[in-house]
Amino acid sequence: MNSPIIKVQNLSIGYDNNAIMNRLCFEINRGDIFIIMGGSGCGKSTLLRTMIGLLPTLSGHVFMNGIDMVSATDKEKQYLVTRCGILYQSGALFSSMSLFENVALPLEQYTSHSAERIHEIVRFKLALVGLAGFENFYPSEISGGMRKRAGLARALALDPEIVFFDEPSAGLDPISSKHLDDLILEINKILGTTIVVVTHELSSLFNIGKNSIFLDSSVKTISAKGNPNNLLKNPPNERVLAFLTRGVSK
Amino acid sequence: MTVEIKGENLVLSGDLTKNFSVSDAIRPLKNKKHIVVKNGGISDWNQESVVTLYSALSQLPASTDLQDLPKGIEHLLKLALKTSVKDKQSNLSKEDFLERLGEKGIAVAHSIESGFNFFTQMIKAWGERIKGKSVYRQKDFLLALEDCGPKAVMIVSLISFMVGLILAFVGALQLKNFGAQIYVASLVTIGMTRIMGAVMTGIIMAGRTGASYAATIGTMQVNEELDALQTMGISRIDFLGLPRMNALLLSMPILVLVSDFVGILGGCFVCVFLWDIPLSEYIHYCTTAFSLKNFLVGVFHGFIFGLVITLCGCYFGMTCGRNADSVGKATTNAVVYSIVWMIVMTGIITLICEGLGI
Repeated sequence: MNSPIIKVQNLSIGYDNNAIMNRLCFEINRGDIFIIMGGSGCGKSTLLRTMIGLLPTLSGHVFMNGIDMVSATDKEKQYLVTRCGILYQSGALFSSMSLFENVALPLEQYTSHSAERIHEIVRFKLALVGLAGFENFYPSEISGGMRKRAGLARALALDPEIVFFDEPSAGLDPISSKHLDDLILEINKILGTTIVVVTHELSSLFNIGKNSIFLDSSVKTISAKGNPNNLLKNPPNERVLAFLTRGVSK
Repeated sequence: MTVEIKGENLVLSGDLTKNFSVSDAIRPLKNKKHIVVKNGGISDWNQESVVTLYSALSQLPASTDLQDLPKGIEHLLKLALKTSVKDKQSNLSKEDFLERLGEKGIAVAHSIESGFNFFTQMIKAWGERIKGKSVYRQKDFLLALEDCGPKAVMIVSLISFMVGLILAFVGALQLKNFGAQIYVASLVTIGMTRIMGAVMTGIIMAGRTGASYAATIGTMQVNEELDALQTMGISRIDFLGLPRMNALLLSMPILVLVSDFVGILGGCFVCVFLWDIPLSEYIHYCTTAFSLKNFLVGVFHGFIFGLVITLCGCYFGMTCGRNADSVGKATTNAVVYSIVWMIVMTGIITLICEGLGI
């Protein structure tokens, strides 16, 4: 369970050759719940988007299952896409499709299952996230928390090895946020799925994080690595301590 | 792999990853109130087998007890069955025809009412603007004017040139039978100035500018920018509608003028190069056929079409839903309703002109 599934080597990320983070090096172990944390605008979501291939790297490498995302062929990239699930901040459900159609889409696209089998799988995935019976609902008819859970069901449709979460708690009330955290823990425990979470929600990252990196915008690189709870006990620098204690210790 | 039924017990054994099916075997348990799923020696399983098992168990009304199953199967099934409920019906997918028809009728009545309200609000705001009571940013007006004025001239000219060309070509083909192809100049001049220039400009501007208004304002609705305007106490009609309406009301008559001229030029192209009519003759017949009355009726059409396009574009943008799909629908509606209302207005103006003897 401890072999790395993602390796990031000397990665520089940014837009139009303007680097917002440099020399990023870290590994994510199989079955881990890995937190990418940092202040607003430090480049957490940019790092996630670069890791999954939505943004080009400025330099460096991202190895996923041993395949370099930077130099991967289209076929390899397509394979990697089917092995990853992504839950976007807003859920990113297709508004013109019902929840059933949203979850069924990757199955129809990438598997040769019969329509009946796809129906069974979709019902199961929606039940896993607590949305059994909501197959015929449209995204506009359900709450924000339910939309995120439906997005998670879609992310889990192809039984991915890694699921990326971009700010899962954003826009959710504390109870819905706790339910989503519990769901992440259950999925990690039951399915052994590697989870990568971008967040700055302290309660979430302390609750679910097994490992983490802290992106520090003042030095434009990682300034701390390790279990978030351990980082709180032994902070490597003041910025990490300030972040993890909401600036109270300052 | 074997699936056995022993009283209330469903006993699973062997390799569940190969041809695992449980729906037929489970039939005798349909009337049971309680089922116990037991491990009779499961050697292998995967998520696919859990999906199959969940699918069968979730169809049964009985409560389910899981005993000695591999931890993974037990956790997954517990998590999924915890929320198992009967299918709910979406409000958007009602099957009852009469119910849908009734709701559609009510929706149409509401949309007519709200469309009329919007029209009166716009006209009222316009009146306030003329009196100098309502305020909008001059920059917005100039940007809207640039977009629906100079930037639209090329496409209006191109289409009008082609229309004039086609009108002259088809007209001359028929008039040639009577040796009267010289009257093509009169046909093109009267046709373009009276109605064709205005209609073609209207259709182009509905597809170009009306759609753009609906998409822009609809996207603002999705991004909660309209809510922000409202909470700042700024009227969305004054702030978004009026600059666009004034810009289009100003530019449409000018575009109709351009369209008339370029359409006549297109007719000239066909007459001179295809039908060997001398240029001086064409100009002579054009000036003879030209009437200020027809020209002004055409320009008035343009003015009214500008009003129709702005109203449809802004109305569908401001009443847009809050997702990507709604923006697409708002844009389509803006174009379709603009064109329909332009045709309706053309009929009304023609009747009025007929009544007034114009």
